[in-house]
Amino acid sequence: MLDFLLEPFALGFMRRALAGCLALSVSAPPLGVFLVLRRMSLMSDVLQHGVLPGIAVGAIAAGLSVWAMGLGGVVAGLAVAVVAGWLARRTGGREDSQLAGMYLLALAAGVALISARHSLDLTHILFGNVLAVDDAALFGMAGVATVTLPVLALIWRPLVLESLDPGFMAATAGKGGLWHLLFLVLVVLCVVSGFVALGTLMSVGLMMLPAIAARHWSDSLAGQVRVSVLVACLSSVGGLILSYNLDIPAGPAIVLFAGGLWVLSLLTGPRDSLWRQAIPDA
Amino acid sequence: MLPVGRRGLGTVITLDNITLRHGNRLVLTGLSGRFESGSQTALIGANGSGKTTLLRAIAGLHPLAGGRIDWDGFHRRDIALLAQGSHLDRSFPITCRDVVALAATRLGPFRSIGKDKLAATRAALERVDLGEMENRPIQALSAGQFQRVLFARTIVQDARLILLDEPFTAVDAATTQVLLSVIQDWHAQGRTVIAVLHDMELVREHFPHTLLLSGQTGHWNAMPDPGLQAA
Repeated sequence: MLDFLLEPFALGFMRRALAGCLALSVSAPPLGVFLVLRRMSLMSDVLQHGVLPGIAVGAIAAGLSVWAMGLGGVVAGLAVAVVAGWLARRTGGREDSQLAGMYLLALAAGVALISARHSLDLTHILFGNVLAVDDAALFGMAGVATVTLPVLALIWRPLVLESLDPGFMAATAGKGGLWHLLFLVLVVLCVVSGFVALGTLMSVGLMMLPAIAARHWSDSLAGQVRVSVLVACLSSVGGLILSYNLDIPAGPAIVLFAGGLWVLSLLTGPRDSLWRQAIPDA
Repeated sequence: MLPVGRRGLGTVITLDNITLRHGNRLVLTGLSGRFESGSQTALIGANGSGKTTLLRAIAGLHPLAGGRIDWDGFHRRDIALLAQGSHLDRSFPITCRDVVALAATRLGPFRSIGKDKLAATRAALERVDLGEMENRPIQALSAGQFQRVLFARTIVQDARLILLDEPFTAVDAATTQVLLSVIQDWHAQGRTVIAVLHDMELVREHFPHTLLLSGQTGHWNAMPDPGLQAA
């Protein structure tokens, strides 16, 4: 049993992957909590697909350089965020069908671009490859976490107010859009930073599933953020152990683990869980 | 009671031949008049007559299709708009105290909420009889209690012009009395209050001035035809 748990981390590349995933586990879930509260869960899907064409273009232009792919992903992600924001304003919040259209288009374009270059492995880009977590990827993940947390701390109060009551924010401070944009920049950075280890399709899993699970454990925003980080760290460790022992890609393994914790939270958490709804006074 | 604003209270709002559209629909046209400093005015009229649109225009949040509004030289910060609370996400994990405190100060990356602002927050919650609920999450509140929280938030904004959009909708009689007494405080302090209201009895009793919107224009100090109101 102990071997099952510890053996994976005797290997250098697994320890690297763990360090990177833990960095992402600290930075991404707090953003996920805000995405859930702002009812923008769909936006994370759009962004994870939206970064794909950028990553593909980066890879085509500069080979398998993490920095080139990362830069391409960030540029594409920001462009998608801006267009989605514009659509949201134009449609008065009923943008979900346009968002669905955008992410399908982006996914198809990304897959087409990657497939056109036979040197690129589509599975690795979509679902991650822990073997590919080199120094550059690790620095990227740690660097994004280092930037994300202080910036989130600085914009915390305006972001809370803008999430709770955007109308009030617009009426009093008038800079709601700025905080919203900064927040989206952080989301894009986190999605892109996770793609080497987890893949573009799975890196959002570590952002959203812990955040959705945390709703069932705490009444306070800070409490939900803490729980989400804990769930993400557990998922990173547990998922990597599963990935090594069962020989499945790290991205799906970590997301499956996080999904399991979410289902557990949904069933048994102290707040709004199915158990609570069945026995309200327990 | 909160300290009054630095530049003296109240303000004159002058509407000069304004026209308002909501989307493609013409809502109001050729409306002129003044809200005097320290006045307390009820904005009345049928649904769709443009009350909320006019309130938002006075707050500077809805563009004018024509004419102009003179705010007597003061800033957006001096205006508090209490929109209809139903738009707010009541499942948001936040306490009553934090909802109020977030409005007590201008927000920015390097601004904190000081002790004086927290004291003002506590005083405002006590003023609406929610002193003991400050640490409760808002989702545990009834509709009436939640409206009291929004009033406490409006109190800490310490604004010279206070705009209220249907403040008594979905609240019980006891809460209405508490909220009315807060409005009377504001009036006594010389702040200008404009409220969208539906309950004509309440308007007659408590609001010395009215602006009735009907037929795409406004009628100052008029009341709706009782026959029409019943329909």
